[in-house]
Amino acid sequence: MSSLNINNLNCQRGYNQLFSELSFQANSGDIWRITGTNGSGKTSLLKILAGLNVPEEGEITLDNHPVKSDEYQSEVFYLGHLSALSAELTSVENLEFLTGLNKSIDQHLLVEALTQVGLKGYEDEYCAKLSAGQKRRVILAGLFVSNAKIWLLDEPFTALDPHGVKIVEERISNHCAQGGVCLFTTHQDSTLPNQKVLAL
Amino acid sequence: MNIYLKTLERDLRVAIRNPSSVLNPLLFFVISVSLFPLAISPEAATLSQIAAGIIWVVSMLAVLLSLNALFHHDFENGVLEQMVISHHSLPLLILSKITAHWILTGIPIILLSPLLGLFLFLDGESVKVLMLTLLLATPSLSLIGAIGASLIVGIKNSGMLLSLLILPLYIPILIFASSAVSQAQFGLDITGQLYFLATILVVSIMATPFVSALALKISLE
Repeated sequence: MSSLNINNLNCQRGYNQLFSELSFQANSGDIWRITGTNGSGKTSLLKILAGLNVPEEGEITLDNHPVKSDEYQSEVFYLGHLSALSAELTSVENLEFLTGLNKSIDQHLLVEALTQVGLKGYEDEYCAKLSAGQKRRVILAGLFVSNAKIWLLDEPFTALDPHGVKIVEERISNHCAQGGVCLFTTHQDSTLPNQKVLAL
Repeated sequence: MNIYLKTLERDLRVAIRNPSSVLNPLLFFVISVSLFPLAISPEAATLSQIAAGIIWVVSMLAVLLSLNALFHHDFENGVLEQMVISHHSLPLLILSKITAHWILTGIPIILLSPLLGLFLFLDGESVKVLMLTLLLATPSLSLIGAIGASLIVGIKNSGMLLSLLILPLYIPILIFASSAVSQAQFGLDITGQLYFLATILVVSIMATPFVSALALKISLE
């Protein structure tokens, strides 16, 4: 059982107070959907949880390990707004490097992951030649090889077609059914079951 | 160590597939140096006297020109974010990117320098010293430059800012390196200058990846 504790979080951007005294606990199996209007601090919250941004105040722990510790960072999979893909590399090369930043993964598993997101045959295609949706699928293929417990997904469904959304939602459901935690933001309708909503 | 080699391999692969970003600073280096004889004098005596200075100043500017790209693409496409949150040591990942930068910029400059040295009538012995100073000091240029590159990574149109930040830090290297070559031309001892360049290199290797990592984290916030 893992538990991600967010205690009294306070975030400010410039002169804007995005949120304050935010506290919640995400336990194994939880799917948290973070909602809010544009500029309400959804991305900032995910970045703080990923360890990219530092909050003004507050404490974040995963099973008593603080946010900057190796134990915390190795359990987090963060997917931001940006594609995190280099145009000059192929799908497999990009995925190999990005997943390798956390752990080494056999290449055949990466090819398998690309197949699962519907990119069979695109393994050796340069990412410059892929469409926006296909690029999103490449990075989402990382979910199929990730062992991280905490998934922080910022707008994971952007540019995906309905079939792509379904694949990702199924993957998130499976992950959480196996004891993982997922926090995600989306402006689209999500059919994920048992999702808890955090409104900012 | 494995991630160091993986990052290095990735950066080299990206650069080879997009050669213009690597070739531009080198072309600048060769073209700029070859313009001096036209503008100053084709006389061997005049050129050989200023050859070391010319090659050193231009190679510094060529490195500076290439530094903008060091973190820029990875910042724009989000790879840098993934590097920062990776549980691998960020300074090690940065050191790997700096190594790739040196392989793609420093080594070609070292290899081109004898040709340009002879072009400016440097004698064989001085060309050897020139190459030695470049070998000792171009890694320092990449290492020190990485601090500036990581500080300006989120700022648009920051080329001028990078020069202002980094060039003052390059000046000691320029002084020791070009004076080593000038002294070698007169057959004087250059051990002192080489020790200084080596010291700068050792201090840069030890300190700059950490400073650069800190600067990158600040830039990404």
